[in-house]
Amino acid sequence: MTERTSNRIFDTVNVILLTIFVLICLAPFFHIAAISLSSTRAVVSGAVTLLPIDLDLRAYRSVLSDMSMIHSLGFTVFLTALTTVLCMIMTVAAAYPLTHTKLKGRKVFMFIIVVTMFFSGGIIPEYILVQNLHLLNTVWALVLPGLISPFYLIILISFFNGIPNSLVEAAEIDGATQFGTLFKIILPLSLPVIATLSLFYAVGRWNGFQDSLLYITKTELYPLQLKLYQLVQNSMISDVTRNEGPGVLHSTPESLKAASVVFATVPILLVYPWLQRYFVSGVMLGAVKG
Amino acid sequence: MRGTVYFRRYWQLYALLVLPLAYFIVFKYGPMWGVQIAFKDFNFFQGIMGSEWIGLDAFREVFHSHDFFNTLRNTLMLNILDLIVSFPAPLILAIMLFEVKFQWFKRLSQTILYIPHFISWVIIGGIVYQVFGTQSGLVNNFLAALGLGPVPFLSDKHYWLFTYLATGVWQSAGWGTILYLAALTGINRDLFEAAEVDGAGRLKRIWHITLPGLKTTIATLLIINLGNMIAIGFDRPFVIGNKMVMDYSDVLSTYVYRTGLESGQYTLATVVGLFQAVVGLVFVLGANYASKKLTDEGIL
Repeated sequence: MTERTSNRIFDTVNVILLTIFVLICLAPFFHIAAISLSSTRAVVSGAVTLLPIDLDLRAYRSVLSDMSMIHSLGFTVFLTALTTVLCMIMTVAAAYPLTHTKLKGRKVFMFIIVVTMFFSGGIIPEYILVQNLHLLNTVWALVLPGLISPFYLIILISFFNGIPNSLVEAAEIDGATQFGTLFKIILPLSLPVIATLSLFYAVGRWNGFQDSLLYITKTELYPLQLKLYQLVQNSMISDVTRNEGPGVLHSTPESLKAASVVFATVPILLVYPWLQRYFVSGVMLGAVKG
Repeated sequence: MRGTVYFRRYWQLYALLVLPLAYFIVFKYGPMWGVQIAFKDFNFFQGIMGSEWIGLDAFREVFHSHDFFNTLRNTLMLNILDLIVSFPAPLILAIMLFEVKFQWFKRLSQTILYIPHFISWVIIGGIVYQVFGTQSGLVNNFLAALGLGPVPFLSDKHYWLFTYLATGVWQSAGWGTILYLAALTGINRDLFEAAEVDGAGRLKRIWHITLPGLKTTIATLLIINLGNMIAIGFDRPFVIGNKMVMDYSDVLSTYVYRTGLESGQYTLATVVGLFQAVVGLVFVLGANYASKKLTDEGIL
């Protein structure tokens, strides 16, 4: 076998295997979409794999006419926007002073922040704190506890540190205040990293689940993840038990659960292709620091 | 005098820091102060200060409880299995992607393989229950076509381990390639060309050039992983687990939630959380030490 043919075999096998992996990656999405679009009878008989059978849009009609679902989506959009803006303001406000080596007390401040990356009080003391601050069942319970990620803060500090000092000094000689330097010099140069970190905050909030499980019992304040959990998972636990004994009908039709999952997934799939490169650059930002 | 000049010049920096520092003190150090309830018979009416000290009683109770050791074992077991299965997956995938010559195919594959990373665990849980179900699940449909099954992927604890691990690979393998691919672009192109001139086949090239080029990345990621052995997220075991497989799916994070917030045993749950935080800290510092020894560079 010549070298060229063996190379060609390698390339072919490689591409075929990758194609299979990509298809495996996509298959669950197609399966759940197919179930959401199929009739209950087709789903229960186990005939649905990757394409819908007996096309049936009723599941979507009931998801979209469920006002609590729409409300939850709207609330999550609002919550994500609010969280992202506040987190970013706070992170910038913390990062800028900490890049000034002349700032008295800087080391102490850094120490206070870094300690929190390695040790935390844990879920229960956090819950008691949120309860004592009377934040339970308010939007703020989902916003305030996570305002600044120390990891993102350190990424931002190291990015600010990379901005040439001469620019800052020139501004200071021109009589710019610290605020002036921050807004006129530092921030305009940091837009890509700010976009990336905002995106990470936004995705974290959008996908966040545990805090809403702990802090929110009022249905008007259910973020989409909690709403979906209540709708899909609660009935699943009984399904697993039921699967043991055949012949029992389901309480929530599978297609309705699947349609709800699709409903919650679509927003992410819609924005993801446009934002992919910011995510990738974000990973690299984190990696530079270690 | 110098003090006032300094302050006039820098007061704005302190003004910026006020709220962030207040945040860290209230929301990060507040709970650390609250950890004292691990040594108290806490109840909400008397509050943190008013509750009575009980010394190490709660610790004794936790360390004598079967549930605690079960969840500790599960945490370590799931993390170790994850390390064995999920750690090599992105490495292999990255090498495969790196070898692809058609840029459009490579880019398209990457875009698709990254997607699961952005899906929340709640959604993934919903998908998992459909895909692995015994009645209409995709995997069991496939097995049935081969004349096998149905396999109880969700209700038998041994099969559930497979479900848990497969889901982890599906969610993280694609995204995990990014760091490896970045490291691969750093390898000197001349090395590959020299290997080609020497007549080395592709597999040989991977073995002698690509893999050694990734050595530090692999070592660093491995150490970070080992440092996190006792840390475990809440969402994944919570949404993929269920009552039938509790023997394996109940881990420290879900146990804290169950005992603390569902049964109201705040003191016990805080003890477990504190145990996890302290052991986790020891692990991370140990991993950092190991990293410094091996690569001259800390991970912290």
